[in-house]
Amino acid sequence: MNKVVQREMIVPNIHLLCLSAPLIASKLRPGQFVIIRPDQTGERIPLTVADWDPHGGTVTCFFVQVGTSTAKLARLRPGDEVPTFVGPLGKPLEINQLERVVLVGGCYGIGSIYPVARAFKEAGSGVVVMIEAHSGFLLYWQDRLKGVSDELIISTGDGSVGQKGRSPSHLAQLLAQGRRVDLVVAMGCTFMMNAVSEATRPFGVRTIVGLNTVMVDGTGMCGACRVEVGGKTLFACVDGPNFDGHQVNWELLRARRQAYYQQETISAER
Amino acid sequence: MAKPSPYKTKMREQPPRERIRNFQEVPYGYSPDEAMVEAQRCLQCKKPSCIQGCPVEIDIPGFIGLIAQGDFAGAIRRLKEKNVLPAVCGRVCPQEEQCEKFCVLGKKMEPVAIGRLERFAADWEAAQGEPELPQRKPTTGKRIAVVGAGPAGLTVAGDLIQLGHEVTIFEALHEAGGVLVYGIPEFRLPKFIVAREVENLCRMGVKLVKNFVVGTAKTVDELLKEFDAVFLGTGAGLPWFMQIPGENLNGIYSANEYLTRVNLMKAYLFPQYDTPIQRGQRVATIGGGNVAMDSARTALRLGAEHSIVIYRRSRVEMPARDEEIHHAEEEGVEFQFLTNPVGYYGDGGGWVKEVECIRMRLGEPDSSGRRRPVPIEGSNFRIPVDTVVVSIGNSPNPLIPSTTPGLETGKHGNIITDELTGKTSKRGVFAGGDVATGAATVILAMGAGRRAARAIDEYVRTSRW
Repeated sequence: MNKVVQREMIVPNIHLLCLSAPLIASKLRPGQFVIIRPDQTGERIPLTVADWDPHGGTVTCFFVQVGTSTAKLARLRPGDEVPTFVGPLGKPLEINQLERVVLVGGCYGIGSIYPVARAFKEAGSGVVVMIEAHSGFLLYWQDRLKGVSDELIISTGDGSVGQKGRSPSHLAQLLAQGRRVDLVVAMGCTFMMNAVSEATRPFGVRTIVGLNTVMVDGTGMCGACRVEVGGKTLFACVDGPNFDGHQVNWELLRARRQAYYQQETISAER
Repeated sequence: MAKPSPYKTKMREQPPRERIRNFQEVPYGYSPDEAMVEAQRCLQCKKPSCIQGCPVEIDIPGFIGLIAQGDFAGAIRRLKEKNVLPAVCGRVCPQEEQCEKFCVLGKKMEPVAIGRLERFAADWEAAQGEPELPQRKPTTGKRIAVVGAGPAGLTVAGDLIQLGHEVTIFEALHEAGGVLVYGIPEFRLPKFIVAREVENLCRMGVKLVKNFVVGTAKTVDELLKEFDAVFLGTGAGLPWFMQIPGENLNGIYSANEYLTRVNLMKAYLFPQYDTPIQRGQRVATIGGGNVAMDSARTALRLGAEHSIVIYRRSRVEMPARDEEIHHAEEEGVEFQFLTNPVGYYGDGGGWVKEVECIRMRLGEPDSSGRRRPVPIEGSNFRIPVDTVVVSIGNSPNPLIPSTTPGLETGKHGNIITDELTGKTSKRGVFAGGDVATGAATVILAMGAGRRAARAIDEYVRTSRW
């Protein structure tokens, strides 16, 4: 059993969840994920990780409240215990010293991109962080991200903060200006990661996306998370979750993510 | 003594029409009277040949003789000398290929129903309340880590705890039992039985750490710093697909996923439980093993109008147990023999709509001794389906081999071991079960666990590798 240290809705519909998990906190590396099961009848929910503290023994994630399972997570309070909190899962991202990496985060990915930025910064890379939201009130952790980047570029759909528009098109502009970028990493909703991959494709910039597929066990046992990358079927849980965005079959990914749409409605209406 | 009946004492079952609407166990088990009648069929051979068919060397005439005398407590004690999971083995062992195959009676009539008697003894004990625990030898102070709480791991843990060692089991999932909880359905092996056996191990002093992924949370090398030996029983956890067009359409599951959702996550109780499953009306299961039978029968219980098994060879070559095939037929599972899928067609919205198949004929025997199926050109046809369960096998999970330097693996990713001892290429590390052999049976995994436990005991006492 792992204890909840903190759970708060940080912006509308996006929650921060911090649990006590000393062993996982001492082992996590950027790009890995965890699985949480909120109660004895609950699903196993994969979450990307936004921060961990090896000394304090805590792990922090962000999640979007969409259905029954995430509603259960959203009801957790400090001191509550969850029956399953397992990790680290998935392959860590390769972190090395590059002249310039661009890290794009949206939605829960604004949080997930943070440890990636920190790691690249610590490795001596030049780090540009781009975050996006529909409006300024949906942004969070800007100060933290500033602390681990050389440049923070904010995009909002309504232009209330930063540049008006979305990160993928602002990234495309940046590349079109001829700025050198060695690597792009994107984390967030499928639509955004797809758009980032399309934005970088014409420039041939290596682009890694952290996929968030349907999963059950998360250890390679079931294949619920299969994705097509470069024409090959791979398992997001053990072969990923980070893949070359230019090679991902996005159409298939979107279809598979919606497999349980109907059941989600039944579950939510129960 | 009266001449034994030529037939096994029948075990009462839920009628097929009823049972396909529920997940309750199919056979009811023997009553004490039925068990004694069946036990009296045993000839009590001086040189029993049945035992050679048992991977864990149970004293079969011994426990059966005690049942015949009505000493059920004695019978279960005798069983447990060799088998830590009798309630499980009595249900899922392929006895017809093991102990019962060698039963002398079997030459002229039906063999003694050894499996049913084993199940009876174990269930009788459970009905008496908390079972008595086997004697533990004096504490040795040696510590052993068991990775994976499936049949192999549970056997190793049970044997080593009795020998006086300290045992900790690490399990990646949130329930112990491995394939017994995620794979084998409730109607074949009720989950409370597995929970009961695991509970008994814990009462004996085995420490169970769930939700712990060895390989990432701690590596095998890290475990070796804390433990005197490590046993790897991580199973065959990586499902195969056929790599044919359309295989990633929605509605196409691996058997592992389909069964895990239903068994471990209790999707058959959705929405009381949160994990969903597609309740298909026309479900095709690809493959001919026990897992395929489990999947096809599960589909019926989830409400399928047609549950169709597609198998590339003919009925006689099917690797599933006769009893499972028979149960599936009784329940109305349909079979397409000598048929192989070549691709899937979607409905345009990402869901599977049809499976295209080709008819096969049997050619020359292949390396497995079975006749190789050969496609008949131009025989393609399509079957409308809304759900497909691909049940063609698994390879060992790569998580541990890929994070353990010095651990040799074979070409299918299986950990290479010495068959008699379970020793791997890495000092202090043993392995057994599906992770070493590739997908096999519960009892073979338990047999491997038994042999590894012996070798581990010797290794931690002598430090000789």
